[in-house]
Amino acid sequence: MFDEKEVRQSDEMIVRINNLHYRRGSRNILDGININIPKGKVTTIMGPSGCGKTTLLRLIGGQLRPEQGSVSVLGKTVHTLNLQDLYELRKRMGMLFQSGGLFTHLSVYENVAFPVREHTDLPEALIHALVLMKLQAVGLRGARYLMPAELSGGMARRVALARAIALDPMIMMYDEPFTGQDPITVGVIMQLIRLLNDSLGMTSIIVSHDVYEVCAISDQLYMLGGGKVMGEGSPDELQHSPIDEVKQFMNALPDGPVPFHYPAKPYDEDLLQGSGRC
Amino acid sequence: MLDSLQRLGQAGLDRFQRLGQSVLFLITVVARMMAIVRYPSLLIQELYSVGVLSLALISISGLTVGMVLALQMYTTLVNFGAEQMLGPVVALSLVRELGPVLTALLFSGRAGSALTAEIGLMKTTDQLSVMEMMAVDPIRRVVVPRFLAGIISMPLLATIFSAAGIMGSYLVGVGMLGVDDGAFWSLMRDKVSLSEDVLNGLYKSILFGVAAVWIAVYEGYQAVPTTEGVSRATTRTVVHSAFAVLGLDFVLTAIMFGDY
Repeated sequence: MFDEKEVRQSDEMIVRINNLHYRRGSRNILDGININIPKGKVTTIMGPSGCGKTTLLRLIGGQLRPEQGSVSVLGKTVHTLNLQDLYELRKRMGMLFQSGGLFTHLSVYENVAFPVREHTDLPEALIHALVLMKLQAVGLRGARYLMPAELSGGMARRVALARAIALDPMIMMYDEPFTGQDPITVGVIMQLIRLLNDSLGMTSIIVSHDVYEVCAISDQLYMLGGGKVMGEGSPDELQHSPIDEVKQFMNALPDGPVPFHYPAKPYDEDLLQGSGRC
Repeated sequence: MLDSLQRLGQAGLDRFQRLGQSVLFLITVVARMMAIVRYPSLLIQELYSVGVLSLALISISGLTVGMVLALQMYTTLVNFGAEQMLGPVVALSLVRELGPVLTALLFSGRAGSALTAEIGLMKTTDQLSVMEMMAVDPIRRVVVPRFLAGIISMPLLATIFSAAGIMGSYLVGVGMLGVDDGAFWSLMRDKVSLSEDVLNGLYKSILFGVAAVWIAVYEGYQAVPTTEGVSRATTRTVVHSAFAVLGLDFVLTAIMFGDY
């Protein structure tokens, strides 16, 4: 389905998102966003919780369909592909889920071997070598006999990362890779993302709200808010952005244009109304 | 009043929508059934967890149902001096009705609920999404082996249920109540027809298997990916399977045995 020429023709932009709208129920999650993700770079989509970052990754992966607009990956418009072509495209993508999503009935080794067994007819000896190489890259070669239930949260995410890169994808997507991890694991994952991107020639898309970590490893940042792109540029440009929403987010200010409180009627009115109904 | 009507209408529409979705789901599963050729080992694994692990429940239930049937039937038959008919009466009850129906009800409680919970939890923990993103179709990899294992297991389990029931009634009827051994078996052989009774019972159990396992995998696959969602889906599997099996039983009995 894809040849290298075709990929080269995609104009060095691996992912192009044009005027993307997505709605869940009556709520507009994404309201006409435009994002271009360059080849070989680490691009981060930032924004407060619930602003549609994970939804955006699922739209790029073709797990959701946009209301309007398009997502094009490697020159192919994702939502127009049939299932077979979509699966062909996904073979070139890897995704690290926030939960890890390890198969609980398979060992660490079998989890990493899973995509290789599914998509190749490699002999067992080669699969063995490949799995050990991927586990070595994430520092968990010694944990290959453990079951997912025996792993810590950080180890599970590293195993999931080894599995996601098992087939050397062109595009790697990370959904909140630092959330809920201890500082050492955060450091390890930061280093791995940058290292894998540069050494394997991948393109990385990170979705995160951890400002310090993403600024340290990203080439380009987009900030989402209210379903729109509030700011974009290099980490340095965003840190010195004059836009209030971006400033509030980058400096972790508790209140500002992005309100601390969920929309509600005035506090005193709510208190005086009595406890008839919550 | 208008609001209540509107809610009733909406609930009705939701039910029809779910029914339509479940039919589309079944068509998708059947269309991708050939994928099992790629995953024979998965089918064997599922046959073990769905079929073999249900064996103890099914055979013990069959045995006790047969024993109780023998006791109940004997007290009535003996009044007419027809206690020799115990064998055929019990065998007909089991192979035509009780075997397929009770096996299906027990199956949905033991294996169907487990299938729903397993698939629902795979969805909740993103394992199905991970497969999709790896270009591995979860219908082919997860649903089809479980669906086929359920359909293959059901008639086998129903047969074992009926056989265990007949053995139970033999133990009580011949061993305890003094029914003649030869009459028990020879009358059973005379009165129970292979094509009329045994095969129709088998067809019933196959259709019950399709219904029970279809409901189980559909509910698991469509479960709301939360703790409560999986719990509700598991409950729905058992309740809907019971209704489907009992309703289907009436229709099939009318078609198969209703010579009116």
